Amino acid sequence: MKFCPTIKNVLLLDSEGRRMAVKYYTDEWTTNGAKLAFEKSIFSKTQKTNARTEAEIVMFENNVVVYKFIQDLHFFVTGGDDENELALATVLQGFFDAVTLLLRGNVDQREALQNLDMMFLCLDEIVDGGMILETDGNMIAGKVATHSMDDGAPLSEQTITQALATAREHLTRSLLR
Amino acid sequence: MAQFVKKDDDRDEEAEYSPFLGIEKGAVLQEARVFNDPQLDSRRCSQVITKLLYLLNQGETFTKVEATEVFFAVTKLFQSKDIGLRRMVYLMIKELSPSSDEVIIVTSSLMKDMNSKTDVYRANAIRVLCRITDGTLLTQIERYLKQAIVDKNPVVASAALVSGIHLLQTNPEIVKRWSNEVQEAVQSRAALVQFHALALLHQIRQNDRLAVSKLVTSLTRGTVRSPLAQCLLIRYTSQVIRESSMNNQSGERPFYDFLEGCLRHKAEMVIFEAARAITELNGVTSRELTPAITVLQLFLSSSKPVLRFAAVRTLNKVAMTHPMAVTNCNIDMESLISDQNRSIATLAITTLLKTGNESGVDRLMKQITNFMSDIADEFKIVVVDAIRSLCLKFPLKYRTLMNFLSNILREEGGFEYKKAIVDSIVILIRDIPDAKESGLLHLCEFIEDCEFTYLSTQILHFLGVEGPKTSDPSKYIRYIYNRVILENATVRASAVSTLAKFGAMVDSLKPRIFVLLRRCLYDNDDEVRDRATLYLNTLGGDGSVIETDKDVKEFLFGSLDIPLVNLETSLKNYEPTEEPFDISSVPKEVKSQPLAEKKAAGKKSTALGAPPASLTSASSAPVELTEAETEYAVNVVKHIFDRHVVFQYNCTNTIPEQLLENVVVVVDASEAEEFAELATKPLKALPYDTPGQTFVAFEKPEGVPAVGRFSNVLKFIVKEVDPSTGEAEDDGVEDEYQLEDSEIVAADYMLKVRVSNFRNAWESLGPDFERVDEYGLGPRESLSEAVNAVINLLGMQPCEGTEVVAANSRSHACLLSGVYIGNVKVLVRLSFGVDSAKEVAMKLAVRSEDESVSDAIHEIVAN
Repeated sequence: MKFCPTIKNVLLLDSEGRRMAVKYYTDEWTTNGAKLAFEKSIFSKTQKTNARTEAEIVMFENNVVVYKFIQDLHFFVTGGDDENELALATVLQGFFDAVTLLLRGNVDQREALQNLDMMFLCLDEIVDGGMILETDGNMIAGKVATHSMDDGAPLSEQTITQALATAREHLTRSLLR
Repeated sequence: MAQFVKKDDDRDEEAEYSPFLGIEKGAVLQEARVFNDPQLDSRRCSQVITKLLYLLNQGETFTKVEATEVFFAVTKLFQSKDIGLRRMVYLMIKELSPSSDEVIIVTSSLMKDMNSKTDVYRANAIRVLCRITDGTLLTQIERYLKQAIVDKNPVVASAALVSGIHLLQTNPEIVKRWSNEVQEAVQSRAALVQFHALALLHQIRQNDRLAVSKLVTSLTRGTVRSPLAQCLLIRYTSQVIRESSMNNQSGERPFYDFLEGCLRHKAEMVIFEAARAITELNGVTSRELTPAITVLQLFLSSSKPVLRFAAVRTLNKVAMTHPMAVTNCNIDMESLISDQNRSIATLAITTLLKTGNESGVDRLMKQITNFMSDIADEFKIVVVDAIRSLCLKFPLKYRTLMNFLSNILREEGGFEYKKAIVDSIVILIRDIPDAKESGLLHLCEFIEDCEFTYLSTQILHFLGVEGPKTSDPSKYIRYIYNRVILENATVRASAVSTLAKFGAMVDSLKPRIFVLLRRCLYDNDDEVRDRATLYLNTLGGDGSVIETDKDVKEFLFGSLDIPLVNLETSLKNYEPTEEPFDISSVPKEVKSQPLAEKKAAGKKSTALGAPPASLTSASSAPVELTEAETEYAVNVVKHIFDRHVVFQYNCTNTIPEQLLENVVVVVDASEAEEFAELATKPLKALPYDTPGQTFVAFEKPEGVPAVGRFSNVLKFIVKEVDPSTGEAEDDGVEDEYQLEDSEIVAADYMLKVRVSNFRNAWESLGPDFERVDEYGLGPRESLSEAVNAVINLLGMQPCEGTEVVAANSRSHACLLSGVYIGNVKVLVRLSFGVDSAKEVAMKLAVRSEDESVSDAIHEIVAN
């Protein structure tokens, strides 16, 4: 029996179900084609459901997939068939909250693409090799956002930095606790 | 990223826009040269790395050379002090997963970062280094990692612990040395550090049962802050309970109190984990179950779909083993039938079907009926399966459930779904005797309008087995015969078999079945015709010898106990000459047999100088060359090829006391000038009552419809056979036997080829080579006899059913089609008239692609 909650993949797809930023942690999908097929079918399967206020859940190819949509962004977290559904939902919520914070509330496809570097860092901070690394959205956003803190950001970026002040506060508070 | 934003701000908001649209690997690799600039533009470098990561994320792959180049370029970026850029560099290195000789390049940089004052650097450098490291390097950095595990910064500690979990797979002996530090980290105040430390500690000790037990004992007394760590602890506790219950039979279950206590935890994740752990305990009692079921029941009415799903899925599992424990939740379950999330609704229904009592079935079915129309097929299949088991549990309710199944059978659905329903009905019919008649009728109605050939044939087969045993078998005949009229060949063939089974089992129906089977003899599919003929023969419908009842039933209902693969191979290996194919010689175990050379076919085709594939030929029906009931029965089949004619003589020895050897037919072709004898294939032995074949091949001018008459003499060596032992004497006597003459006529060169639309075909051939003439056929028995005579004379395929002459009609039009030698398409229109003296007159109109062929057709009739 597997003891540790394990994440199989975390996906961020766009309005057409295309890949924006994804990360797979198992060998279950060996080729890029298999991954794309998985993304396509899970997207079309969940398209019609309303996963905007609360995270939704579906059994899919012997996996449990939890998902949440906002605007034209689609978040998915996949775990094994016997995984604790609520643990998966916690990861999803962490991912979702972090992205919301990082995009300063303008959570849409365009904004996410313009900050794709942050999306990648975000994925990197949530799960490491299938192991849940962090589930608190504030913490995740804080870790990702540090990178724009110390460099001499040009004026257009300043607003982002300011907007992330909240996230940073959370971070420092939790560090000092 | 600022440039991107500015450049495109004035674009149409609606337009689909991506800063990564159309970027190419080659171009980005070029851009990556900025990494080598002496004056690093960290912003631009970040952008290029993002593009590279984007390409990799989209599934693009780098060649070895490209990856190495990018890797070396990226290592230059360690000069930059920009934190953001450094983060991207870390990501990039992890994505590139460099080889061990490349790793050395970055090791020192990463080790510097590991000891940096910036926590972000330290945490990330640890994760990167541990990801790309190998055993030797690991011993160098081990000291730092141990320190990191107990670092006061939780991010750093977590990074080290998680890396430890991964490294345990590859370098267990090193990671196991860290257990003191890990144990200290378990006591950390930071939630996730505790979680990661606990996971690692357990993995280090998981093979030491006593150590795990101690760990659980100490932690269940203490306080675990992280919900995730608490979930881990619950899982470990379950493991300890499972292992201890084997040697601890009596008294309280250890640690049950801990699990029950977790049901009151503030995190839902922990409550659920504990509830699930309790339901999965070995031999759980209903007293132990109750508190877990109670919290799950509360979850059922949660506003969060994930929570409802988790609860209903767990209860569904409990219902399989402890249906009574779940009945309390039935009211909450019923409200979930209309849940927006169809997975939840389906799980709720199947749970209800498992826990419901007999009285509630009708009400439940009503609710499900509304629900079925708006869920996907895969869910419907789950429901159908649940209904089947419910029906087997409450056989008295079969009427409601069978009606439900037949209703959904009529609705739209894919193959898998329909198959699940049909399978369920079949199982119910088998297991519930009362349900048989109604179930069979439902199936009959279904095949009236079934688009799936597979299901139709399955049902027809099943009808054949079960139908004859019902009180009124005759009512199924109509449904079955309708299939023969309306369906495709596969279904027709299977319907014919079903009819035969009714004929075999129900004597009163036999005459009527024969009528139907005889009609099938005119089917245009040969499999259907073959089956009809076979069954008419076995059942005695054509007046021949009736086999014993037992044989017939065994033949019809017995199963073929030979693997089809073996049968196929054996049939391919069978040489169609001396002895008949013996099915009992087919091996019954599946084993690949080498396909033996088919000698006969090989010899024949080499003799004719043409590969068998090109022998697009006409083969005649057998023509008898002997009187009935003579010593030797011989008939001939004429195979016509472009340059050759092959006579296949089918011989049967009807004298038990004789064995014939070296059987040949000597053919005198003196009345057939254009034919030259080419080869003869004798039949080695012809024992009593076992048909055998001998062949004679002739060469003829290519493409010419040569005609001729051949006189045949059967020559052989006769050997006496002792009837008591069946052994033949050694010495034989040469003998011969006069056969009737055979003929090659013009009609033999005609291939029966059907055209789908005669009128269109007629128009498209055009009147260019049309030949029309009138003939008097003299007095005839009837009009239909005259029509058939002409059809046989021409050897052509009647079209559109025009071979059938209406009774008492005085005129008839008949349409024929065929392909004449040289691949020439021929169409014929025949108009018949008959007068009171039974004199038949005929008008023959021929159209073909060749003038000479049109004339040839007239010549056939004129002669």
